[in-house]
Amino acid sequence: MSAATATLLVAVFAASAVEMVEALTIVVAVGVTRGWRSALEGAASAVAVLIVVVGAVGVPLVRYVPLSAIRVIVGTLLLVMGESWLRKAVLRASGHKSAHDEDEIFAETVGELRAEGTATRRDGVAFAVSFKGVFLEGIEVAIIVISVGGSQHRLGLAAAAAAAALVVVGTVGALVARQLREVPENLIKWAVGIMLTSLGAFWMGEGAGIAWPGGDLAIPVLVAVFLAASLLMTAVLKTRALAPPVPAESS
Amino acid sequence: MTTLGRWLAAFGRFWLDFLFGDSLLLFPATLAIVGVAFALRHQRTAAIVVVPLLLVGLIAFAAYLGRQRAPRPGPGEGEGG
Repeated sequence: MSAATATLLVAVFAASAVEMVEALTIVVAVGVTRGWRSALEGAASAVAVLIVVVGAVGVPLVRYVPLSAIRVIVGTLLLVMGESWLRKAVLRASGHKSAHDEDEIFAETVGELRAEGTATRRDGVAFAVSFKGVFLEGIEVAIIVISVGGSQHRLGLAAAAAAAALVVVGTVGALVARQLREVPENLIKWAVGIMLTSLGAFWMGEGAGIAWPGGDLAIPVLVAVFLAASLLMTAVLKTRALAPPVPAESS
Repeated sequence: MTTLGRWLAAFGRFWLDFLFGDSLLLFPATLAIVGVAFALRHQRTAAIVVVPLLLVGLIAFAAYLGRQRAPRPGPGEGEGG
């Protein structure tokens, strides 16, 4: 297995798992608050729509668009996503951002649903909230599958890695339901941010015409560079806490 | 607004949030780095050093800008510590 294939599998699986944990949080919040039937129907419908999206967009992209163009476009998208995750992971690890999104997402979703009133037998609100949550988080998974898979002409392999993540997160979610805060979210996001940034830099560079030394072997080197840099950033930011805000009335 | 209109608006919001949601800086700066990669594609050594360094610098700067202020001490809490 080449370095690029191994990185593809790990990156797609881990990135999909993180997004799916966020989607699962919303589904659990809907299920607990309004009932499980409509929550699960909404989630299943969103997954079905996402499969159609990957097939409709991904397959023509891989077949008809030149590989160098795909690599520049998806490399750029992966870079934006990876940089964003890495930035957040550094901010969390250095104490500038709260460590978990899941509790916030859960509380926010439950609050919204309680404001909607009592659930009926066929709950349109629960279906819509669950569908929207899974669809929007899933679109990011679709982008990762299409871009990472498309860049190597291995859409099937990327889709299989995402499907494996769906099975794992779904199974774990069914077992632990509201214990999602136990997931080491920041560590996973950090690792995924490094992998997406490294893959994005590699493919964007290849698409632009840069010949990386060693071909695919440049990917582990890029991973090491971004890992070392992010550890350094975390250490520096830990010592760079901002002063508390000055009260408005003082001059 | 029709259902299609709502979906299109939601799709547009998704992309805005995807590209600019966390930081206004990341997407335009990344595009600039892509431009640098194209400009340096015939100078291999420079390209393989400069492009990763620019990306590291961008993430570091974006993280630096994203620092949050420490909470203000409550009444009666000391300044020290």
